[in-house]
Amino acid sequence: MMSILRLIFQRLGLGVLVLFAVSLIIFLGVELLPGDLCQAIQGQSATESTVAACRKDLGLDQPAPTRYINWLKGISQGDFGTSLANGREISELIGVRLSNTFFLAMVAAVIAVPLSLALGILAALYRNSWFDRSVNVLTLSSISFPEFFVAYILILVFSVKLGWFPSLSDVSPDTPLLERLHKVFLPALTLTLVVMAHMMRMTRAAIINLMASPYIEMAKFKGLSRSHIILHHALPNAWAPIVNVVALNLAYLIVGVVIVEVVFVYPGLGQLIVDSVQKRDIPVVQACSIIFAATYVVLNLIADILSIATNPRLLHPR
Amino acid sequence: MTDLKQLDLDLRAGRLSRRDFLKAAALFGLSAAAPSVLLGTPAYAASEPKKGGHLKIGTGHGSTTDSLDPATYENNCMQSVGKTIHNYLTQVAANGQLGSELAETWEAADGAKKWTFKLRQGVEFHNGQKMTAKDVIASYKHHSGADSKSGAKVIVDAITDMQADGDYTLVITLKEGNADLPYQLSDYHLAVMPANADGKVDAKAGVGCGYYKLKNFEPGVKTSVEKFPNHWNAGAVHLDSAEFITIADVTARVNALTTGEIDAADRMDVKTLHLLARNKNVRVIETSGNAHYSMPMRCDTDPYKNPDVRLALKYAVDRNAMLETVLRGHGYIGNDHPIGRANRYLDKNLAQRAYDPDKAKSLLKKAGAEGLKVQLSTSDAAFAGAVDAAVLYKEHAAKAGINVEIIREPSDGYWSNVWMKKPFCFCYWGGRPTEDWAFSTAYAADAEWNDTVWKNEKFNKLLVEARAELDEAKRAAMYAEMQMILSDDGGTIIPIFNNYIGAVTDKVGTPEVIANDWDLDGQRAVLRWWKTA
Repeated sequence: MMSILRLIFQRLGLGVLVLFAVSLIIFLGVELLPGDLCQAIQGQSATESTVAACRKDLGLDQPAPTRYINWLKGISQGDFGTSLANGREISELIGVRLSNTFFLAMVAAVIAVPLSLALGILAALYRNSWFDRSVNVLTLSSISFPEFFVAYILILVFSVKLGWFPSLSDVSPDTPLLERLHKVFLPALTLTLVVMAHMMRMTRAAIINLMASPYIEMAKFKGLSRSHIILHHALPNAWAPIVNVVALNLAYLIVGVVIVEVVFVYPGLGQLIVDSVQKRDIPVVQACSIIFAATYVVLNLIADILSIATNPRLLHPR
Repeated sequence: MTDLKQLDLDLRAGRLSRRDFLKAAALFGLSAAAPSVLLGTPAYAASEPKKGGHLKIGTGHGSTTDSLDPATYENNCMQSVGKTIHNYLTQVAANGQLGSELAETWEAADGAKKWTFKLRQGVEFHNGQKMTAKDVIASYKHHSGADSKSGAKVIVDAITDMQADGDYTLVITLKEGNADLPYQLSDYHLAVMPANADGKVDAKAGVGCGYYKLKNFEPGVKTSVEKFPNHWNAGAVHLDSAEFITIADVTARVNALTTGEIDAADRMDVKTLHLLARNKNVRVIETSGNAHYSMPMRCDTDPYKNPDVRLALKYAVDRNAMLETVLRGHGYIGNDHPIGRANRYLDKNLAQRAYDPDKAKSLLKKAGAEGLKVQLSTSDAAFAGAVDAAVLYKEHAAKAGINVEIIREPSDGYWSNVWMKKPFCFCYWGGRPTEDWAFSTAYAADAEWNDTVWKNEKFNKLLVEARAELDEAKRAAMYAEMQMILSDDGGTIIPIFNNYIGAVTDKVGTPEVIANDWDLDGQRAVLRWWKTA
């Protein structure tokens, strides 16, 4: 037990370091972009004097290191600052969108994770049968198509032809839960189709890999049924790789859904970060990046802990 | 086909503008002696508009960085929101005529240097305050000053003095005479907002005296408005409420429209428009205005210093082919000056420049620049299809013996690093409602956006003279001459004007005349359209 606690603290400390490095990289990256917020916000209508006035107003005339240090100071006190573009509090700007993003990721995960695990286990159980092959073909096809294509096909079938689900997922904070679920169904289904193959194939491969082990052979000789062997003997040892792949895909559901957001007009974090990069709204970009980095750190931490906790050999190392 | 359609549109517009005027004049008891006072909202259509309902508009614009401050309005979404929640001193009616809004009448004196506006009485802001001349002054001051970030700074900086003569008379004094001032005051930036005690306005509050008041504002997602019952002319609009939803992706916009999740959308894709037009539940709304694509050449850089080279490059573009390819015919060809069909003084007698490779060749020979090589910077940031247009131009120019090397620039930062910096590139203009505005923005010698660095003495002299000229005929002649000078000598190729293309479902009623000065019926769709079911 102590080793797990130590591991958690170790990982958290490393996570903070990673976040710090990410903030530095992001800041430098944004600095390298051509043009600045004032030019971007005024577009073609920018003139030298209006741009200069705007820069002074927003503190962009300060040198980059000063701006970076000021921002770090603020963030360490939980203050993300205000958006340069419209002067709104970033925490307020991000709050609603972050919860939208988490909601969509959650709905997609609730569909995708059990489905792909079940399909993976079944595919391993009926290895090389027509069921195994058709599941493989279907999931691999859906991951091979670009996301927007899958999204448009779903819209064409379920929205334009059948009219079951809306093509716009324009949820707002006061949308009731049932309506919200109805509205996010198509984007969640799109994401499910995109992430399912990875998790399903890993489950299948991990189990099949173990099926060749001597202890599984022993179980077979004991006369246990195939499904019993897979669920009670193979699966517990297969959790580590599966959990890691699931974590990776969950992180993708949170940070990688920009295209799905655009197609379904879903007000999530991805659209905010794209808008902010285009407008050089550096504090918002940094805040979003930190949140994305934190998502990866936390999910990977959970995956590591789970894979250790489910594996007695790792839990009690000699 | 397109020409026929356009002719039909123009004809209807012409016929209706007179009828509109007479009806409106009779209705509001105005005498014929005040022809400039034309109430433009609403236009009168054959079928009676229905009252009530909620209109959902999907716009391709709108960003999370938008703000409610009118000084920062930079896209079609916020400009439409602005015209819905705010009123302006004047407005451009659907037929292109200048109409009154908060100013009832106006007159010029002292060579169009001094303007007196009589303001409407009994106008109430959404916060209950009564509108007076003080509010107008405070609102305009918001755009002036050294620290101003406003797109209307140019207009307001030309004002030397603003005085309130009582509560309902505003006297504006200008540096130089400007006959177009009432037109310019219809600019979407110049919203009238309630003044605080300190003579300033709270621009980000979204409080105005428009037909609708702001209900909810989520930048880049959705803006909702509801009818303001105390508006001075509340009976003129039909809808109870409306919302603007940002749908950046054009396919998503079309999907939302065809599935009925939105009632109207702007900026349809010309490539799939013929498919959309087949849908019986959708009606395409298309107008030809002043929006155009341009190819500025820097006249201070070789070889563009030579007017013959510039002219040769103008003769080397096949405008019709570009119109058909880039816009699929949804526009009309340009004549190398920015005055379009929505302008008052477009000179229809000016000969249309044709594609003439031989003429281009002989001009180059005259300039001693045979076998000319030029570099053309392009990116789809300039307009959708700018890269295709560059490839087309390369082909057209090759026949005139001109070798065009296409340089593909990154879209990001195009306006700060390429436009006005590279000697030959692509650009677009939304068009300006008046000739003076169009010329002063980008073609006057000292204009900040003079992207061709073109300095023509005669043109600049005419520009100042025409600005203060109150005689219509003389003014028209001056502007005609300026169009000719610009077309022959100017530094920009203006190959095509692009149409505004929107679409509505069968549940939306629209007036017969749709404004051609902006997208979405002059950005006043919420004020002019209605729901039929």
